[in-house]
Amino acid sequence: MSNDFTSQDPDLLRRLLRAKDRMDAAFHEDWPIKRLASVSHVSEAHFARSFAEAFGVPPHRYLLTRRIERAVALLRETDLPITDIAFQTGWRSLGTFGRVFRDITGETPSIIRKRARAEAGEPGSVPACILQAAQRPDLKMSVLEKRRRSAVDIKEAQPKEV
Amino acid sequence: MSQSVQVVGIYVRDQDEALAFYVDKLGFRVHTDVRNGDYRWLTIQAPDQPGFQLGLYVPGPPIHDAATAQTLKAMVAKGAMPPLVLAVDDCRAAYDRLLGLGVEFTQEPTDRYGNVDAGFRDPSGNGWKMIEERR
Repeated sequence: MSNDFTSQDPDLLRRLLRAKDRMDAAFHEDWPIKRLASVSHVSEAHFARSFAEAFGVPPHRYLLTRRIERAVALLRETDLPITDIAFQTGWRSLGTFGRVFRDITGETPSIIRKRARAEAGEPGSVPACILQAAQRPDLKMSVLEKRRRSAVDIKEAQPKEV
Repeated sequence: MSQSVQVVGIYVRDQDEALAFYVDKLGFRVHTDVRNGDYRWLTIQAPDQPGFQLGLYVPGPPIHDAATAQTLKAMVAKGAMPPLVLAVDDCRAAYDRLLGLGVEFTQEPTDRYGNVDAGFRDPSGNGWKMIEERR
């Protein structure tokens, strides 16, 4: 890991932040690099690397965390069918949603919903919008890496749920 | 004995730009603006909150060495500073007004548990939530 993470120009970082904000605000939309780069006024060639350097994850992976975060919130807070939640959070296929959801959270949407209801409690006085950010899923590994590792785990132990 | 918070500061990239934003757009007013050489102590207040000042400071000498200042400027620019909350009595009206003034909103007004909140950033990158609490 390079330790020159503060060497990026603050003006560039501010423009990269704008792209991140735009993904946050419309995570259900498609965000090809071309679109993000134009928000940040950066060349397409430099955008993904600059974004990853600034925020620690590549832009597409960041978008996936937001979608899953929102899906988890909808599972916890609403009675919407899982199919509706998948489409509301930007997936075009239920299969892809379920797979990426499991890859990221390690659990199925229905298990998360059941547990959230069992644990339902008062969130206290933390502003809900900030609480939502605090509950964002942690995505340090790439989705594929996570999948590869869990495949190894599955060989070692039988999964409890299907 | 009593105690209360009098000043809390945020870092901005440019104090003139921040002043224009917080005063001309958000409606704060200047409480203190004094200079000592290159150093400028600048605080603002919400008109309805005379006991509290929000400081607008630029990282740099004499408080910070160059590398530290650069780090702080980068943190502000990438939105890594702590959340700020502005209480308003009508979030949607405030949103319409501020949007018209060119404020960079990151989130449209959203109902949450009876409260309404929106999100915006100052020119430097500091993130604010604007919250109308249910009464």
